[in-house]
Amino acid sequence: MKKILVLFIFTAILFSCKGKEEAPKAPGKTLNGAGATFPYPLYSSWASSYYKETGKKVNYQSIGSGGGIRQITERTVDFGASDMPLKPEELEEKKLLQFPTVIGGVVVAVNIPELGEKTLVLDGNTLCKIFLGDIKTWDDPQLKALNPGLNLPSKPITPVYRSDGSGTTAIFTHYLVDVCPKWAKEIGFGTSVNFRVGIGAKGNEGVANYVKRTPYTIGYLEYAYAIQNKIPVTNLKNSQGKIVSPSVETFKEAAKTSKLDPAKHFYTWMTNAPGENSWPIAGATYILLAKEKVEVNKEVVKFFDWAFSQGDKSALDLHYVPLPEEVKAQIREYWKSQGLY
Amino acid sequence: MISSKKEYLFNAFFLLITGLSAFLIIVLLLGIFVVLFSESLPAIKKFGFVKFITTPTWDPVREIFGGAIPLFGTLVTSFLALIIAVPIALGIAIFISEVAPRSVKEPIGTAIELLAAIPSIIYGMWGLFTLAPLQAKYVEPFLQSTLGKLPYIGKLFSGVPLGIDLLTASLILSIMIIPFTASIARDAFQLVPAVLKESAYGLGATKWEVIKDVMIPYCKLGILGGIGLSLGRALGETMAVAFVLGNLNQFPSSLFSPTTTVTVKLANEFTEAEKDIHLASLFYLALLLFIMSFTILAIAKYLIQRTRNR
Repeated sequence: MKKILVLFIFTAILFSCKGKEEAPKAPGKTLNGAGATFPYPLYSSWASSYYKETGKKVNYQSIGSGGGIRQITERTVDFGASDMPLKPEELEEKKLLQFPTVIGGVVVAVNIPELGEKTLVLDGNTLCKIFLGDIKTWDDPQLKALNPGLNLPSKPITPVYRSDGSGTTAIFTHYLVDVCPKWAKEIGFGTSVNFRVGIGAKGNEGVANYVKRTPYTIGYLEYAYAIQNKIPVTNLKNSQGKIVSPSVETFKEAAKTSKLDPAKHFYTWMTNAPGENSWPIAGATYILLAKEKVEVNKEVVKFFDWAFSQGDKSALDLHYVPLPEEVKAQIREYWKSQGLY
Repeated sequence: MISSKKEYLFNAFFLLITGLSAFLIIVLLLGIFVVLFSESLPAIKKFGFVKFITTPTWDPVREIFGGAIPLFGTLVTSFLALIIAVPIALGIAIFISEVAPRSVKEPIGTAIELLAAIPSIIYGMWGLFTLAPLQAKYVEPFLQSTLGKLPYIGKLFSGVPLGIDLLTASLILSIMIIPFTASIARDAFQLVPAVLKESAYGLGATKWEVIKDVMIPYCKLGILGGIGLSLGRALGETMAVAFVLGNLNQFPSSLFSPTTTVTVKLANEFTEAEKDIHLASLFYLALLLFIMSFTILAIAKYLIQRTRNR
């Protein structure tokens, strides 16, 4: 009996300590969000700074875009996150609101030892043919025509793609649909599609690792991973016929020149954007809100408003591309029109 | 008097708890089956059974789903792994139970148990970072230039040796199931009555003859059961395979081609499957794997039971 009493007192003390430690600086409910894995590092970094400044907790679980959409539709979380924008009709049907938070650029990484320091140039058509298996070797005349000065070897090309369902795949395949009728007809776009050739690697890190260590491979991945792994990336010919390199500037240009329309809840694809200096494979990641939960949404909006004004630096540090100021202004207008800001 | 009544009550209570715990397992098993079945109903209705297991297309965009390739891939990787693992595991079991002196027995036995305790993600990463490059650089080109030149079986070694393929995946799987097969085989060997072995030695049999003619025939069913249990483990293995199998939804044309398995497909696509029929088809695959593993394990258990009863 004594033992139990001691144990009881001990646990009571333990709990009281824990309670003290976890007491928030300001009263307020924790916001729960779930969804896309791509923005997870950024959202958790924002959430931790936000907690330090305001004492409000934001808890984000990276369960995947599909899961995020499902959970917000069933109203089990305060906000959902998706790498693929939902169509306005679908948002109306599920009574959701949607806005973008940050831009990601998808780049094409290659491993051709013969290239040395030189950069390969591709256009939509050749990229599509490589991933369809129609261009089979690096010295194909179509590649040579785009790269007159380069020494391209007669080696078989191994495409590398994401084996796990991913927003990165959705953006990349959407670009191929935009520029390549055969891709649009035979494969289409989505978080996972029916790839016909090559090797599927798990996650961005899987693709990065595989391209890096295997000669004569080509793969698509998030810009951040290409930088962190120091993998050579290609330039691309954009919709204006101009050859561009992937960078924060060219991603921002793509966001500026895409039609982000608040009336359509910002539904758009930033692929093959019309700007002169736009990187052709970019996309935004989105937040989804339940329309009727006004009070909760106000809190969520406060968090992202804070992130839009204070969070650009941490976004750039983590190799995400912040939204251009024009787009942020549009989103604030959108919040106002919904009575959340 | 009071205390004995109390004890009696406590005893009954204790027995009830154990009974409930055991019953819980059956409820869980049934629950899993029911959920898998009900979640996969839309896919079962749309694709049927025969059509689903014979269709090789898996196209989430066009919503055409067939499980032929992942089911085939699961079986092929598991059986290849068994072919590699069983002889080695039997060698280990025989060495530990019959040949090794006590001072060697213990460390090897512990090492095998430790091998079983390594999480599969570590096997996967080791496979991707260490084994796959070795395979691509040395092992596979060597196999291609030797065995690849032979008629008929040469075809098995054709293709670009990338190291991310059927062979590497099966190799990793075999390393993962060796501890299981070995420890079950060892236990089976220990069930052989000492009298039998001693009589054989008494008749002048050598160690090889005792193992070959007395022990293996005696434990045949137990060993088969152990192999079955390992097969169950290989069928369900996910992470290690996901890293090194290449994840391409295509029938493998050689040992050096990428393919996919049921569990790898589930792990890859489950989180991002936003269409209902996509999710239902994934559940359908899971259901088929569940039934397949369940059948194999049931047969294995039955075989082990029969050795014990003798």
